Amino acid sequence: MSQFDISKLPKGSKGFMYDWGSDQKAFKGIPWGKAMMWIFLLSDTFIFSCFLISLMTARASTVVPWPYASEVFGLTVFGTSVPLLLIAIMTFVLITSSGTMAIAVKYGYEKNRKLCGWFLLATALGGLTFVGMQAFEWSKLIFHDGVRPWDNPFGAEQFGAFFFMVTGFHGTHVSIGVIFLFIFARKVFRGDFDTGRRGYFTSMKSDYEAIEILGLYWHFVDLVWVFIFAFFYLW
Amino acid sequence: MGVDKKQEVHTHKLGIYLWIWGLLFVFSFFSYMVDYLDFQGMLRWSLIVFFMLAKAGFIMAIFMHLYWERWAIVNVLLWPMTAIGVFIAIMAAESYYTFFSRMFYFVVGG
Repeated sequence: MSQFDISKLPKGSKGFMYDWGSDQKAFKGIPWGKAMMWIFLLSDTFIFSCFLISLMTARASTVVPWPYASEVFGLTVFGTSVPLLLIAIMTFVLITSSGTMAIAVKYGYEKNRKLCGWFLLATALGGLTFVGMQAFEWSKLIFHDGVRPWDNPFGAEQFGAFFFMVTGFHGTHVSIGVIFLFIFARKVFRGDFDTGRRGYFTSMKSDYEAIEILGLYWHFVDLVWVFIFAFFYLW
Repeated sequence: MGVDKKQEVHTHKLGIYLWIWGLLFVFSFFSYMVDYLDFQGMLRWSLIVFFMLAKAGFIMAIFMHLYWERWAIVNVLLWPMTAIGVFIAIMAAESYYTFFSRMFYFVVGG
């Protein structure tokens, strides 16, 4: 094990860099970009967990009844009120876009440029639809029902704050994802990953594994929605 | 990494993604039904959590390819979740205590 003389190794901050960069690779077969995306997603998991755990804390400790999401987010269709209709449609749209993303990753690795691009585009359109419906939901709650972060007509006051915070943070993630999906759809159609064209921002050559990294982010956005759907809308 | 990176990449048949996609639709439909049929109490909560974990598991395992990854990264990703579990337990206890003191002081009046 003693292949190196520790007294000759660099010390201080240089030594810190040397040790961590010294040809040691924990994640075999995983490109660094993918490992970094996973670790970013792990940190994002903690952020969303903190939101949902504080939602639990607020809801379990309030003495005022919590608004019944089933009715708050119900829609009236042809005279009959359907509970949570818009949220259910949003869920199906996001799952569908997750499915098209998984297929885009598959075709990317098979170097099927056109199909990969089309499925990326379909994913982006699904995400755009989701954000559009969320904008509709927000405006209905703000302008029609008068929900505010500090007040709402349905029950406990914290409800509005949590609604805007949790769904807003998730919607921001979806919007960022949609922007990157459009950017990468363009890159794929242009053939950047086949010709090794350097990226505009990083000046680095990239590969179809970039699509898998983007896919990880997009599936994570869908994953977070699974938990928001369960804990905010259904609970 | 270098040249042999491309050979390591294995793709899966289209069918598995379509299957999981369909399964996620079915689970979502059932969890929506929990609300539509207005189940309440323990039945509602356990069904919600079951469908939630089933969906999350399939998304992570198949769509995010975690099932085919090496244990080195799977463990890095899944063990921190125990910290979240502990945090949930702590805050649940805390919120019940807060609720208790609010009820107590609002009724008894300090």
